[in-house]
Amino acid sequence: MQREHTRIKGFSRRAVVLGGGQALLLSALVGRLYYLQIIESSRYVMLAEDNRISLRLLSPPRGRITDRNGELMALNRPNYIAVLVPELAPDLETILSSLEGILSISEREHLRILREVRSKRSFVPLTIKENLSWEDVAKIEVNAPSLPGVSIEVGQSRYYPFAEAAGHALGYVAAVSKEEQGTDPLLRLPGSRIGKDGIEKANDLALRGTAGHRHIEVDALGRVIREVDRNEGQSGKDLALTIDSGLQKFIFHHLKDMSAIAVVMDALSGEILAMVSTPGFDPNAFNEGLSTEAWHDLVSNPKGPLINKSISGQYMPGSTFKMMVALAALEDEIISPNQRFFCGGHMELGDSRFHCWMKEGHGAMKMVSALQQSCDVYFFEVALRTGINRISKMARRFGLGAKLGIDLPGERDGLMPTRDWKLAVEGSSWQLGETLNAGIGQGYVLSTPLQLAVMMARLVNGGVAVEPHVIRNLVNEESILQQSRPVLPSLGISPASLAIVKQGMDAVVNTSLGTAFRSRIIKKGKKMGGKTGTSQVRRISERERESGILKNIERPWEERDHALFVGYAPTQKPRFVVSVVVEHGGGGSKVAAPLGRDILLETQRRVEAFPGSGAPRRDG
Amino acid sequence: MSIRYTDSSEMRLSEKLWQVNWSMIMLLCFIAAIGFTILYSAANGSLEPWAMQQMIRFAVGVVILLAAAVVDIRFWLRSAYAFYFLSLSLLVAMEIFGASGSGVQRWIDTGFFQFQPSEIMKVFLVLALARYFHGTDSKNVDKSIYLVAPLAMTAVPAILIMRQPDLGTATMLFVISGVMFFLAGVRIWKVTLLALGALAAIPVGWQFLHDYQKKRLLAFLDPESDPLGTGYHIIQSKIALGSGGVFGKGFLLGSQSHLNFLPEKQTDFVFTMLAEEFGFVGAFSLIGLYMLLVVYGFSIALKSRSHFGRLAALGLTTTFFLYFFINIAMVMGVIPVAGVPLPLVSYGGTAMLTLMFSFGIITGVHVHRNQRISQYQTGQME
Repeated sequence: MQREHTRIKGFSRRAVVLGGGQALLLSALVGRLYYLQIIESSRYVMLAEDNRISLRLLSPPRGRITDRNGELMALNRPNYIAVLVPELAPDLETILSSLEGILSISEREHLRILREVRSKRSFVPLTIKENLSWEDVAKIEVNAPSLPGVSIEVGQSRYYPFAEAAGHALGYVAAVSKEEQGTDPLLRLPGSRIGKDGIEKANDLALRGTAGHRHIEVDALGRVIREVDRNEGQSGKDLALTIDSGLQKFIFHHLKDMSAIAVVMDALSGEILAMVSTPGFDPNAFNEGLSTEAWHDLVSNPKGPLINKSISGQYMPGSTFKMMVALAALEDEIISPNQRFFCGGHMELGDSRFHCWMKEGHGAMKMVSALQQSCDVYFFEVALRTGINRISKMARRFGLGAKLGIDLPGERDGLMPTRDWKLAVEGSSWQLGETLNAGIGQGYVLSTPLQLAVMMARLVNGGVAVEPHVIRNLVNEESILQQSRPVLPSLGISPASLAIVKQGMDAVVNTSLGTAFRSRIIKKGKKMGGKTGTSQVRRISERERESGILKNIERPWEERDHALFVGYAPTQKPRFVVSVVVEHGGGGSKVAAPLGRDILLETQRRVEAFPGSGAPRRDG
Repeated sequence: MSIRYTDSSEMRLSEKLWQVNWSMIMLLCFIAAIGFTILYSAANGSLEPWAMQQMIRFAVGVVILLAAAVVDIRFWLRSAYAFYFLSLSLLVAMEIFGASGSGVQRWIDTGFFQFQPSEIMKVFLVLALARYFHGTDSKNVDKSIYLVAPLAMTAVPAILIMRQPDLGTATMLFVISGVMFFLAGVRIWKVTLLALGALAAIPVGWQFLHDYQKKRLLAFLDPESDPLGTGYHIIQSKIALGSGGVFGKGFLLGSQSHLNFLPEKQTDFVFTMLAEEFGFVGAFSLIGLYMLLVVYGFSIALKSRSHFGRLAALGLTTTFFLYFFINIAMVMGVIPVAGVPLPLVSYGGTAMLTLMFSFGIITGVHVHRNQRISQYQTGQME
C-alpha cells in the first residue's frame, strides 16, 4: 500500500513535469504561429500574390502602312495556326499521322513537335503549323472529332499586298534576332516580329506600339485559372507614305525583267512618289520564314534583289552629270553660255586622247546644243577650265556625293571627288585627265538614283533645296505638327543659269537633234525634259577602239554600259522628276529615256485621275 | 480518507456508458467537424472526395472508441503483449512481403481499407510498456537490467518502421517510449543517457536513410536553397500560413491551397490550409481545442487508481500531443517534413481509427478509474 502510494506520488510529479514540458512546446508553437501570421504577415501576403498572379504581355497590333491615297501597303492578316494541347491528345502518334494526311508536315517539323511535347508542360499549346490556308482550316475543323487536342488559333501576321513591287521601300518584318532584343519586353514574346529593312525598320518603334499586359491567376503548375485584369496596350501607329502604290506597281511591272532602278519625286515637296529597284523580293516570304536555299539565292544573286538600289546603289552618272558641270562653269562665270567649243570627235591631253561618243565629232557647240547632243568634247573643255573642285562643290549643292537623309535605312553617299580627297584617299595627286572624265560623269564620280532625282528636282523647282522623304505624316495626333514643314531654303543659284540648263534639257527631248527626241511626249501640257546618260562600266582600250568597239549587246552582261535617264515634266511648270538607271542596259537614249517617258506620262495621268493625290503640301 | 475501490466486473454496460466522459467525446466531434470543413474546402467546396469519406470513418471511429472504452481495462492489460506482438508480426510481414513493391510500403490493403501497421504499433507499444512498468516493482524500475526488455520492445518495431521507410513514425516511437520510461520512474539521467545514445546513433542511422529522406532533412536545414525541389513544400506552406494573417482569407478563398501551391493540403498540410483560410484566430483555436483534449487526458491519468491506467492514459495522451505538435511544427518549418498527419483533421483512415481507439482506451481508463489492479495481477483475472 505504501509502495503504491509512492508510485502515485512519483507518477504525479513526473506527469506535472511532462505537462509543463508540453505547455512549453505549445507556447513555442503558438509563438511561431504569431510570428508567421501576424508579424511577418504582410511579406507572406505579397509572396502569395506573386505566386497567384502572373503577368503576361500582350503584343499590340503593328501599325499599318498606307500609300499616299490610303491604299494599304502593309497590314496585319489573321494567321491561322494549328495548335496541339498534348494533355488533351491521348494518342499523340495517331493524331500526328492523321494530321499529316491533312497538312504537309516535314520530317524536321515532326521531330520538333515531338521534342516540344517532351519539353513543355502538357497543357501548353504548341504550334503544329502556321499560315494555314482556309482549306486546311476547314479540313481540320471537319476532322475535329478524330483530332482531340488539336485546335485552330488565330494570330496576326504581316501582309504586304503589293508583294515584290514595294518590297524595298517597305522592307519586311521577321523574327527578332538575339542582338535586336534590347529592353523592350515586347520583343521577347514568342513569335514577335521586328522590322528588318525599309520603312518597317526605320519606323519600327512607332509601328510596334507598346505592350499591353494581362494579369492572370495561375495555379502552381502555371495553368491559367482566370484573368484578373487586362490592358490592351497601345497599338502601333499607322503610317502614310508619300508613295503612290499604283505608280509604284506600274513602274515595277515595267522594270521587272531588268536590273533597273527608278525614282519618281515631287520636285516641289520632295515627296517620293515611287521608288523601284529590280529584281525585287517578296517581303511576305520573310514573315513566313524563308528556307535556307531561298535566302541563299536572294543573297548571292548578282543583281542584288535584297538591296534597295535606289538609295544603296552607286553609279557613275555619265552624261546626266553634265548639268552640274555646266552650272559650275556658269555660276563662277568661267564661260558664257554662248561660248563655242569645237568638237572634232576627240580631245588631246598630254599623251592621251579623250573621245567624244560621236566619233565624227559635233562641230561647234554652245552650252544648250552641247547638252542637247551630249557632246563630250565640249564638256571636256568646260571641265578643264572649271576644275574638279568647283564641279564637285556645285554637285554637292544639288544633293550629290552625300547622304540626303531620306527616312529609310541603307542610304549611301555616292562620291564627288576633289583634289584633296584624292590625295588623302588614293595618296596621289589629281590628274587633269580625271577632271575630263568627271566632266562627263565618269571616273570617280558616283551617285545614287535618289541623288539624281533630287538633283533634277532642285534644277527644275527654281533652285530650292527640297529634301526627299517617303513618310507623308504620322496619322496619329503627334504627326499633325510635322505637316508644317519649314520653308525650304534656296540653293542660291542664279535663275539665268538655271534657265540655260533647263533650256538644254528641254532640247534633249523636244528637238530633233536631242538624244532623247525619240522618247518625247507629244501630249500637250505633259511634255517632258531631261538628260540621257550612258556610263561605261569598263575602260575601252585604244586597241579595242581601233579594232572597232564591240556593240553593247555583244559584250557579257556585267561589262555592258549602264543606261541612265533623268527627266522632269511638265516642261512649262515642272512638278515631277524621275531618275532611271538600267544596270548594264546599254545606251541611255535608247533604253532609259523611253522608260523615263512612260513613267512621267503615267505619273501625270495618275495625278489627273486622282486630283488630290499629287498636290504638294506646301503649308509653310 | 478511505479510498473506495470498485470492481468494474460488477458494472453493467449502461453503467459504464454513463461513466463515459461525454464532454470529451463532444470535443473530439467538434475537432473532427473542423476537419470535415477544411476537407470540404480542400476539394474546392465539395464533400467528395475527402470530407464524406472522413465523416464515415469518424462515425466508425466513435463506435470503436465506445467499444474500447467499455471493455474491461484488465482485458487490455492482459492482452497488451498479444496485441503488441500481433502488430510486430504485421510489421515483419510487411518487411518480407512488401519489399518487392515500390520501395515505400507502409500499409496493408485489406480490401476494405488500407491500413498501416506502424500506426497501430504506436498504440500497442504504449500499452505494452504500460503493462511492463505496471508489473515492475518501483524498486527495480531503476535497475538497468530491467530496462533491456522495454528498450528492445521499442527498438525492434522502430527499426522495422525506419526501413519502410517512415522516419517520422520511428522517431515518434522512440520519443513515446522515452516518455513512458520517464513516467514509470526511471531516473532522469538514465532517460537522458538513452536519449543521448539515440542521438549518437544518428550518424549510423544516416547510412540507413534513403536518399529522399536525406534530402528532406537537408532541405529542412535550408529550405530556400532549393526552392523548386524539396524545400518547395516548406516555403509554400509558410507563405500560405503567413498570408492568412489574423483572420484569414476566408472559407474556400485560400489562394495558396486552391491553386495547388500547397502540397498535400488534405493530409499533412491541412493545418496550413486552416491557417490560410481562418487565420491566426482559427489556427490558435484549433491548438486550444487540442490542448483541452490533452488536459482531459492528464486529468484522467491522474485520477486513475491503477498504474497501468495511468501510464496508458498519459502515454496515449502524449502520443496524441506529439502527433499534432510534430505536424504543426512541420508545416511551420520548425522541424523537418516528417509525414505525420494532423490528428482528427487530416484525411486518412488508419490514423483516424487508431486515434479513436486511443481515445477509447483513455475513456476506458476513465470509466474504470476506480478499478484497482494489483501489480502482480497481469496474467489472469482474479
